[in-house]
Amino acid sequence: MASSDEVLKKEHIRSLTMCGHVGFESLPDQLVDRSIQQGFCFNILCVGETGIGKSTLINTLFNTNFEEHESSHFCPSVRLKAQTYELQESNVRLKLTIVNTVGFGDQINKEESYQPIVDYIDDQFEAYLQEELKIKRSLFNYHDSRVHVCLYFIAPTGHSLRTLDLLTMKSLDSKVNIIPLIAKADTISKTELQKFKMKLMSELIISGVQIYQFPTDDDTTSRINTAMNGHLPFAVVGSMDEVPVGNKMVKARQYPWGTVQVENENHCDFVKLREMLICTNMEDLREQTHTRHYELYRRCKLEEMGFSDLGPENKPVSLQETYEAKRHEFYGERQRKEEEMKQMFVQRVKEKEAILKEAERELQAKFEHLKRIHQEERMKLEEKRRALEEEALAFSKKKAASELVQNQSFLASGSIRKDKDRKNSNFM
Amino acid sequence: MDERQSPSPCSSRPSSPRTPPCEMLGSVGIEAVLDQLRIKAMKTGFEFNIMVVGQSGLGKSTMVNTLFKSKVWQSSLPSLELPMPQTLELHSMTHVIEEKGLKLKLTVTDTPGFGDQINNDKCWDPVLSYINQQYEQYLQEELLITRQRHIPDTRVHCCVYFVPPTGHCLRPLDIEFLQRLCRTVNVVPVIARADSLTIEERNAFRSRIQENLKTYCIDVYPQKCFDEDINDRLLNSKIREQIPFAVVGADREHLVNGRCVLGRKTKWGIIEVENMAHCEFLLLRDLLIRSHLQDLKDITHNIHYENYRVLRLNESHQLPRGPGCVNLAPASPGQLICPGPGKVRRRANKDSKEDEG
Repeated sequence: MASSDEVLKKEHIRSLTMCGHVGFESLPDQLVDRSIQQGFCFNILCVGETGIGKSTLINTLFNTNFEEHESSHFCPSVRLKAQTYELQESNVRLKLTIVNTVGFGDQINKEESYQPIVDYIDDQFEAYLQEELKIKRSLFNYHDSRVHVCLYFIAPTGHSLRTLDLLTMKSLDSKVNIIPLIAKADTISKTELQKFKMKLMSELIISGVQIYQFPTDDDTTSRINTAMNGHLPFAVVGSMDEVPVGNKMVKARQYPWGTVQVENENHCDFVKLREMLICTNMEDLREQTHTRHYELYRRCKLEEMGFSDLGPENKPVSLQETYEAKRHEFYGERQRKEEEMKQMFVQRVKEKEAILKEAERELQAKFEHLKRIHQEERMKLEEKRRALEEEALAFSKKKAASELVQNQSFLASGSIRKDKDRKNSNFM
Repeated sequence: MDERQSPSPCSSRPSSPRTPPCEMLGSVGIEAVLDQLRIKAMKTGFEFNIMVVGQSGLGKSTMVNTLFKSKVWQSSLPSLELPMPQTLELHSMTHVIEEKGLKLKLTVTDTPGFGDQINNDKCWDPVLSYINQQYEQYLQEELLITRQRHIPDTRVHCCVYFVPPTGHCLRPLDIEFLQRLCRTVNVVPVIARADSLTIEERNAFRSRIQENLKTYCIDVYPQKCFDEDINDRLLNSKIREQIPFAVVGADREHLVNGRCVLGRKTKWGIIEVENMAHCEFLLLRDLLIRSHLQDLKDITHNIHYENYRVLRLNESHQLPRGPGCVNLAPASPGQLICPGPGKVRRRANKDSKEDEG
């Protein structure tokens, strides 16, 4: 451990030798006790097409019948369904979240297949980041929903990776630990399986997909992890049905031509998967998610928002300063916009007022004009009326005069007629 | 574990208000995660930062040497040629000690000159500012865009306060200091040089100190409001009855009944440090190292550091917020003025019942 000694010397730390027993070797126990009290949390994402055996495998892995019905094949788009369960084994409590991709690979047009998955993973990181950036936060109470491992189910065609698989894995490899699995491995024979595995791994390496490598830096686990690294992708078979084999009941799938035992290492790699996933590397998966994938997401997100550790002239700038600067900028911007809008509003009001005033003036002028016309007409009518009245008067005078004349003449003619009538009547 | 989901803005988060407990039909191997944790802990090692505060001559350096069974300080007796420190300075020394393959990075901070001046007013300020400086450093590291994998933890996890063995009660200096410090860091008060008190005097002194602590609302470690469950409460109440421990420090070994023990030799007998009948050093050591070390670190990280963080972030926004915020004058980096008693509400664990505090 020469490097750590150098580090120590650099920091002016000296090693002390103790002349007695102090007793802090119980520290890991204290740590473990606290973890037991808090409970553990593990989130698995299963990606694979409908009917490939994801739910069955999870049931078999955790030896429990999680309630799941068969998914339909007719989903219009890929949806993610998450379910949380609490498992307890002796004194260890595990909060297990299984996220299933419903409808993956079912659509006719698969272009949008992997985006919902990427979005889901990012959403979990985002939720954690927001909690971390809060002022009043409670990280020790927080239900960590970040995806710790992605089990990718590859269809057992025996040929090679499909384009959809390649694309999906490429878009996920920097966000989550991927463990590729060959599903329904009981349909491939041993020789085909070897070839298939080699083909798959070479394709993954050529395309630059970074799958999860089991850690080999610790002495206790490096041997087994290196061996397992060579067996990837694991060929798995899942089954919860029990079948009598010999004098025991084992989990198996029974065919007319034989029985595939799930926990038999010669038949499939299920035991290896369980060993690696749960017994040996669960903690490492969580740590990788937190220190590598989450930190990458956080860095990208914050840089996107415009924060950086180095300001102009390469002087270190703290997050808070940048945040404050941004806030001021934002407030300034907002003030400016408010001013602008206010100005615009005042302007518009003025314009409208002018228009209205103009209209009012016009109306007034029209009114005056009409009034004048009305007056004139009235006067004309008055004159006409007077003229008419005069005429009428004149006419009535004339009429009176003529009537007088007529009366006189009537009287005269009346007497003549009377005489005529007397004459006539006398005659009779 | 309390099932509490923090409300999240994102709708796609898995949310099940009642997670159904599932029956497992057989063992799967989840227990192995405990071993994984242990392996990880052994690899990364542990850090512990302790601060000793008290007047000169109370045996602080000797106590640290005795606790960690090594010469943490180069010389235990202050050299007579050096003048007494005129102001309070803080000395920090870091060591790595190893036991059974487990590495512990220990940082001890001493406070020579505390309470030694004529006018001891505000002698707690340098101590508080040192503690806050460590919090500040951690906060800055946490706020970086590109963070280190493992942020170096220099925050003070525990402050051991040495009460001089007057036999009467706590002095005004002690009370002032303890009141201010309890809010920022875990404080464990001890009666120093307990070999000058008889057992009866010791017990009387202890009960008077406990009364004083209650009267002045000084919440020393283990704090009652952070007890999580019934076991913790039982264990911690036993400890609380014994606080403050009466301790004696010694780094010389003597022969007693054929055994080699750490002790102080006087004309009238040998005081054995590790003998429960003589002094309570073992209780202190067990509390600090064997049983509550992780708890000290947890409370520092989850409670004290978070309180500091809330204060600091609130202050930089300069916006008055709810009852938990304190309006501090704009502080120069690293030097926070500690608010007077009663202004800051302690932000304890959400699950804790504050009424019992």
